[in-house]
Amino acid sequence: MNFDFGIIISNAKFVLLQGLLGIGIFAGGTLRLAIPAILGGFCLGVILGLARLARRPWIHYPAAVYIEFIRGIPLVMVIFWFWFLVPVFLRRPVPEYWVALTAFVCFEGAYIGEIVRAGIQSVARGQVDAATATGLGYLQMMWSVILPQAIRNMIPSLVTQFIVLFKDTSLASIIGMMDLTKAAQTVTARELRPFEMYIFIAVVYWIFTYSMSRFSQWLEIRMSPEKAAS
Amino acid sequence: MLLSGFFGIPYEFRWNVLWEAPHYTWIIDGLWMTLRISAISWIFAVLLGIIFGALRTVPFRPLRALATAYVEFFRNVPLLVWLFFWYFGAPEVLPEPIRQWFIHHGMEFWSAVAGISVYHGARMSEVIRAGIQSIPKTQLEAGLSSGLSVSQTYRLIVIPIALRLIVPPVTNESLNLLKNSSLAMTIGVGELTFATRQIETYTAKAFEAFTAGTLIYLALCLSIAYIMNRVERKFAIPGLIARAERAEH
Repeated sequence: MNFDFGIIISNAKFVLLQGLLGIGIFAGGTLRLAIPAILGGFCLGVILGLARLARRPWIHYPAAVYIEFIRGIPLVMVIFWFWFLVPVFLRRPVPEYWVALTAFVCFEGAYIGEIVRAGIQSVARGQVDAATATGLGYLQMMWSVILPQAIRNMIPSLVTQFIVLFKDTSLASIIGMMDLTKAAQTVTARELRPFEMYIFIAVVYWIFTYSMSRFSQWLEIRMSPEKAAS
Repeated sequence: MLLSGFFGIPYEFRWNVLWEAPHYTWIIDGLWMTLRISAISWIFAVLLGIIFGALRTVPFRPLRALATAYVEFFRNVPLLVWLFFWYFGAPEVLPEPIRQWFIHHGMEFWSAVAGISVYHGARMSEVIRAGIQSIPKTQLEAGLSSGLSVSQTYRLIVIPIALRLIVPPVTNESLNLLKNSSLAMTIGVGELTFATRQIETYTAKAFEAFTAGTLIYLALCLSIAYIMNRVERKFAIPGLIARAERAEH
């Protein structure tokens, strides 16, 4: 077996520009999908997490059912559902990029919702009582007392989930969106060098996910003075 | 059941495609394959997890570095990329006779098993490492100073406590493995998601086919979660370990 790592150099421009950044003739790109998906998933997650903690049953139960339902099925299944349903509802063909983005936001929203719920529940009960006693309304209390403390507790799990999401975006290639994985597949079909190509994109994915996880460790230490001291 | 659409969108439901021959046999075969591939990969993943999880806690630096390198490299790259690597890339470096053997003995199955077990083995070893590190050393010291031998201390004190701590996150990770086994369809393993896609392709009844797949996965995951929850409660040590709110994914 002789390796030819030269094909990485000669195809790097296509794989990185088109696959990673989404610059080129195909709509897609791992980063162009992952960043909006993280933002959208986070927004949906905060809403779902708060809804699950709500005391009114008609807010609480739909959120709980949604979260448990999504967490019980594989992401591939969710992507296929959206692939089939989104064009039916909009009554026109939808580009794979938008199908994938909606699917990721809805899927990750459920997982982030659980993290948000756990984060809020980790804030001491006395904080709620104190905020209520000072006459704050629900939104004021959440915004200026509970969420700032909760988010600090959530950060490690949130970053972990963002890493998972970043890795999950590779599944968009199943419905044909041009991301890093799909770009590698395209190149492999032409060059017949799968070993070198898949190792290359593995390293590219790894650089992003590993730096995210190091960042999260740094953030965790920085945000908790008691750990920085030791 | 026949409805002529949903939300005002014309669509003719035909649920009986699911129990017409040969479609129901596809679903049953797919489910069987999902269970088989998950079970085999689970065994390997747990073995890798125990070995590397334990290695990450030994006081010998080179071994620890090796285990850390394995965990950090394999869990930080998408499983899909690993599956493509193990199916398209890795066989190229195998010697020809071994490669031929794999080609004639279901290469996609073994590539999927390799991909899933190595990836989830890395994740599993993180869970097991966290479990080992969460047991205070004083437990061991207390056992020894009360006159138990080392093996007795492990058998009667350390391992029973460690198992209770590890079971909830391992259950969670096992469910992730079960759900991730659906990715094996991309390299041509005929598991459950593959079967639902096949029914959809043959009948153009996407709604019915995906509903069947979704409900089966949901039933599998929820029942395993329910059983493990019962097990966890039955073996909980009152007052010693506060039951975790719910393990995270």
